[in-house]
Amino acid sequence: MPRPLTPPLPPCAVAAQSVPCSRRRGPVACSVVQVYSRSTMWSRQRGGLKPLRCGVEQLRCRRREREAALRKARREQQLVSKRLLRDEALEEAEEGCVAMIFGEAEIQQFLRLAQRGTEEKEREGALVSLRRGLQRPETQQTFIRLEGSIRTLVGLLTSNQALLQLEAARCLHELSHSEQSAVVEACLPATSYLLTYLSGHSSDFIELCLYTLGNLIVESEAVRRQLLPQGIVPALAACIQSPHLTVLEALGYALSQLLQAKEAPEKIIPSVLGSTLPQHMLQLLQPGPKLNLGVAVEFAWCLHYIICSQVNNALLITQGALSTLGLLLLDLAGAVQRTEDAGLELFLLQKQPSLLPEGLWLLNNLTANSPSFCTSLLSLDLIEPLLHLLSVSNVVSVLVLTVLCNVAEKGPAYCQRLWPGPLLSSLLDTLAFSDTEVVGQSLELLQLLFLYQPGAAQAFLQQSGLQALQRHEEVAQLQDRVHALQQTALHG
Amino acid sequence: MQLPPALHARLAGAPGSAEPLPVERDPAAGTTPFSFAPRLVRFPREHDFFEDGDVQRHLYLQDVLTQVGGAPERPRRPSARVPEFTCQVAGCCQVFDALEDYEHHYHALHRNVCSFCKRAFPSGHLLDTHILEWHDSLFQILAERQDMYQCLVEGCTEKFRTSRDRKEHLVMRHLYPADFRFDKPRRSRGPAVPGAAEQVLAEALGDDRVPSEGDAMEVCSEHVEPSPEPAGERRAYSHRCLTRI
Repeated sequence: MPRPLTPPLPPCAVAAQSVPCSRRRGPVACSVVQVYSRSTMWSRQRGGLKPLRCGVEQLRCRRREREAALRKARREQQLVSKRLLRDEALEEAEEGCVAMIFGEAEIQQFLRLAQRGTEEKEREGALVSLRRGLQRPETQQTFIRLEGSIRTLVGLLTSNQALLQLEAARCLHELSHSEQSAVVEACLPATSYLLTYLSGHSSDFIELCLYTLGNLIVESEAVRRQLLPQGIVPALAACIQSPHLTVLEALGYALSQLLQAKEAPEKIIPSVLGSTLPQHMLQLLQPGPKLNLGVAVEFAWCLHYIICSQVNNALLITQGALSTLGLLLLDLAGAVQRTEDAGLELFLLQKQPSLLPEGLWLLNNLTANSPSFCTSLLSLDLIEPLLHLLSVSNVVSVLVLTVLCNVAEKGPAYCQRLWPGPLLSSLLDTLAFSDTEVVGQSLELLQLLFLYQPGAAQAFLQQSGLQALQRHEEVAQLQDRVHALQQTALHG
Repeated sequence: MQLPPALHARLAGAPGSAEPLPVERDPAAGTTPFSFAPRLVRFPREHDFFEDGDVQRHLYLQDVLTQVGGAPERPRRPSARVPEFTCQVAGCCQVFDALEDYEHHYHALHRNVCSFCKRAFPSGHLLDTHILEWHDSLFQILAERQDMYQCLVEGCTEKFRTSRDRKEHLVMRHLYPADFRFDKPRRSRGPAVPGAAEQVLAEALGDDRVPSEGDAMEVCSEHVEPSPEPAGERRAYSHRCLTRI
């Protein structure tokens, strides 16, 4: 007697379903925001911005603080962030109740009630109280030191009572989110069950298990050394076929934490690449009406960690990574671009200046060894937009000039297409920069133009190029090249 | 798609769709004092180049952008609570007031149920394994001659002669707990113990006082007709119905 795949509902519940029952989560009421190098977390919010209580300036200030803390943490290789899932519906129901610090006796009482209480509501209630208490680090510490507490919690997690299971999982989730390693590692006895439940069907429960696993994964290598032999990679591979977006996003998060690990290139990425995960990831990144940004963000990060580890990028390319990502980029660029100007993701870059270095890096790697790409750049009139980026920053200028050099070094046919035009005046502008690297790259480009484009040196002279060069005659890194160019310009 | 169609087609088209211009290099290019040569750039993960991106990523994870200090205003949204309703599965009397709770209950307790002994399993995979090992006589016959007990970890293809060997493999190789709840050995035949339901429930909840001779996943005997509801549910049933009267 096969069971229906979706639970059959009585009519009153069907009527109630017209009310959207999607998960709601929101920031949790808390009077203090603390900045750690391993940072505190807030629950994820859906559905747009919340109305702001404090001023915009205050927010900006806080954000700058956070950024500075993150940069410092990254330099110290201490960058750890976790995600916390708290259900807003639950929070609303519990409104007005502040998370308490519980002592041993209280915790024991809750556990006893949950385990052996006679009334179901009583048992659930006990676990709910415990869960709220576990939002406080003090309660967490007391809990893990209490003998048998984790064992009892795991017993509840694997019990026959579905609602007790859910609450026990929520308790574990709170623990997984802790700043204290001891608290997080106390969750280890539960991992084999969390992994087992990933093959289930209850999307909310699976989502919770995944976020918990993600938090555990990022905690320490010791945790990962247990999770890998327990089969986390095959478990995730089985789970990625879920149709639920919430599950997929949670999975992406957990996987990204796994791939970020220090030992990932040797110990984790090979088995991920050997699984069906990459092809499913790429499928979830396909542009089109089904693309979900929350999901795509997580898997884009997964791909980033895999690719920059340089383990086996050829495999990803055979699976269509380049075309998928290229098309996705185009799709995103198209979403931003609203005018009729011809343009590439350069226009996306103009709208999203924080993407400029990455975008230009991409262009460099595309054009370095490819006459086709260089030709495309020329025939699609993309040189001028590139030149506009020269005033953004030194880093960006160097990258733009490098891309232009990639084109120019391919010979006369290419330089001819760079000439005449705004290129010369742009170069004269960059020669006025004080940054040595920018000027140096400009000099390299000039050499190529003088070599391959008849008339370029002449035009350079006519536009007071020599004066522009003069100011760098004494700079150690530049003087040899400056003199060489002066000679070429004057004597051919 | 907002990009001009011709551009989009060009960029998305097959490689070499634009005929490349001829390449013709002069040996003097990039020679001393110049040094330019095109090269592919690869950054290792820890490189500073990725600092901005990583910071953005962590700000996103931390939801800093929408974070507010103090008690946040929560926009009023429809509640997840609905009028109380009962599980529709025959014999199950569990009551709910939230659809999500019901969904989990259904999947946990009614979805992967063994039709022979009514035990519930967390996944189809474990249910299939259980049916094979506990209720398939052909399996028993084959198991006398070859390794039939499959490792429970997905992706591991190891098979074992006995369920005990498999358990040892799970513990040693896969670091599973020795008392993993979903891998209890099938007990040899014996009469069902009256009051087993109570015992089973207590054990399912990890009650240490009850001597553990087995647990919820175990069946006492093939001869005994199992009760129509899973033991745990029956207790809830009787309690629930009593209190409603």
